[in-house]
Amino acid sequence: MRSSPVASELLRIPDATHRYRKRRQFLDKMAEVLILCFASIAMAIILLIFVYVGREALPLFWETNDGANISSSFAPPVVWQPVSTNPRYNVIPLVLGTLKVTLIAMLFATPLALGAALYTSEFAPVRIREWIKPAIELLAGIPSVVMGFFALIVLASWLQAQLGLSFRLNALNAGIALALAIIPIIYTVSEDALNAVPQHYREASLALGASKVQTAVRVVFPAAMPGIGAAMILGFGRAIGETMIVLMASGGAAIVSLSPFDSTRTMSATIAAELGEVVFGGGHYRILFFIGSLLFVITSLLNWIGDRYNRRMRLKLFGAE
Amino acid sequence: MNAHPDVTIQVTGGGTGTGIAALIGGTTDICQASRAIKDTEKEELKGKRSLETVETPVALDALAIYVNNQNSISSLSLDQVAKVFLGEITDWKDLGGKPGKIVLYGRDNSSGTYVYFKEHVLGNKDFPPAYQALPGTGGVVGAVANDKNAIAYGGIGYAKDIKTLSIAKDAKSPPVDPSMANVLSGDYPISRQLFWYTAGQPQNATKALVDFVLSPDGQKIVSEQGFYPLKGE
Repeated sequence: MRSSPVASELLRIPDATHRYRKRRQFLDKMAEVLILCFASIAMAIILLIFVYVGREALPLFWETNDGANISSSFAPPVVWQPVSTNPRYNVIPLVLGTLKVTLIAMLFATPLALGAALYTSEFAPVRIREWIKPAIELLAGIPSVVMGFFALIVLASWLQAQLGLSFRLNALNAGIALALAIIPIIYTVSEDALNAVPQHYREASLALGASKVQTAVRVVFPAAMPGIGAAMILGFGRAIGETMIVLMASGGAAIVSLSPFDSTRTMSATIAAELGEVVFGGGHYRILFFIGSLLFVITSLLNWIGDRYNRRMRLKLFGAE
Repeated sequence: MNAHPDVTIQVTGGGTGTGIAALIGGTTDICQASRAIKDTEKEELKGKRSLETVETPVALDALAIYVNNQNSISSLSLDQVAKVFLGEITDWKDLGGKPGKIVLYGRDNSSGTYVYFKEHVLGNKDFPPAYQALPGTGGVVGAVANDKNAIAYGGIGYAKDIKTLSIAKDAKSPPVDPSMANVLSGDYPISRQLFWYTAGQPQNATKALVDFVLSPDGQKIVSEQGFYPLKGE
C-alpha cells in the first residue's frame, strides 16, 4: 500500500493510474511467486529431513548390524538394552512409554485447556480475557528444559509425598509436566475456533430461551468442534515429540508396564540421550533412526486421521467444506 | 585465557562418545574423556585423519556411590554394589538398612561413566530395566538428594547434599571412603583417570592448554573442581 497523498495525486492522471495499476499487478504477481517459493522451500526441507531419517534407518530391512535388524526391534525379549555385550533393541518398551506419557499429558491438558478456552471466549468479561489469554500463552514461552527441571526437582517430590510412590520419577510426573507444555497450544487454537463461531449462532440460541451455559456447551462448542479437534491433534503432536521434559522427568527406565507410577523411557528421549554416543552407521545408530521414522509416521498418521475427522465434522455441521 | 587473548576455547557437552566422535570428525582440536579411548575409535581416527591418538591423563576421579543423606548405611562391599545395580538385591533391608525398595539411578548409556561403571563394577553385565537413566550427573545428584531409597554412582566432584559410601574391595578388606589419599594409594576400588585426547601431538594453542592443565596451577584448578590431581597434593 502506498501512502495516500501519492495515490490521490495519481488518481487525477488517468494514464498514471493505468501504469500504477499495472505496477501493482506486477508486484502482486511477484509476491505470489515469492510466497510460493518460500512454501516450496519449507516443504522441500521437511521432505529432505524425512528422506534422510528414513535412509539412515532403511538398511535395517536387509542387513543385520551388531544384532540389529528390523525384526529385532519387535521380537522378544521385550528389552531395550542397546549398550551391552548382548545388545537387545526391542522398541516396544519405548513405544509403550511414549504413548503412556502422551496419553497422561492429554488427559490433564485437554479438560483444562478446553475449559479455559470456553471460559475466556464465552463467559469472561473483556478485561479478564485480556489478562488470561496472554498469561496462558506465556506458558508456551517457558523453555521445556525449565519445565523439565521443575518436574525433576519440585513436582516429583510433591507427587511422591502425596501418593507414596516408590518411583519418584515416573510417567505421571512427566505427563503432568508435558501437559503444562501443551496447554497453551490446545488453549490458543481452540479459543480461536470458539471465537470464530458466528455471533448469530449465539444470538439465535439465546433468543430461543437457552441459558448462557446451554448456548456455550450445546451450540458454540459443537460448532467449533473441527477447530477443537485440530487443537487437540496439534497438542498431541507436540506431546509425542517433546524431548527435554520427558528426558528429565520420566526417570528413563525402559520398563514394560501400563502403570503411570512406573519410571518410563520415551522414544524421543531415547534418541536424544543415546545418539551422541553411537557408532556412525552401526546397528544402534540405525535403530535410533528407525525410532525417529516411527515417530514421524505416528504423527503423520495422527494428523491425517485428524484432518479426515475435521472434514467430516465440517461437512456434517455446515454441509460444505 | 589472559595469557592468550587471541585464542578462544569453545566447550561443548554431550559425553565422552560425543567428544571422541568430534575428534574423529575433525570438528575439535581436543576432547575430554572419562574413559580410555577404544581401539576401534583409535583406528577410525587413524583411518579418517591419518593421525595417531595422543592420550594425556589430566586428573584422577573417584567414582562415588551416592545415597540419600537419610540412609543409615555408610559402607558396602564392591560385590554388594554390583548386586544392587544388577537388580539381584532389591531391598535396603538385605543390606542392613531400613526396609524400602532400592531405586537405581545413573547416567545414560552415552556416558563414559556408565560404560566405566558397567565394565569395572558390573563385570560387563547389564543394568536391569528398572535402572533409571538421567541425562547428567547433576540430575542424578538431584534425584538422589530427593529420594530416600535412592542409590547412584557418579564422579566424586559432583557429590553435594548427598552421602557417599565407603567401599570395600572384597570381603576381607576394610571399607574405605573415596578420599584423595585412598584414591592415590589405590585402596579405593572404583577410581579412574580422566583424559584429554588429541589427534597427533598437541600443537600451538592446544599444546599450551595441555601444558597448562599439567602445570601446578592447572592441577590446582583440578582439585578445586572436586577432582584429584594426578600426583596428589
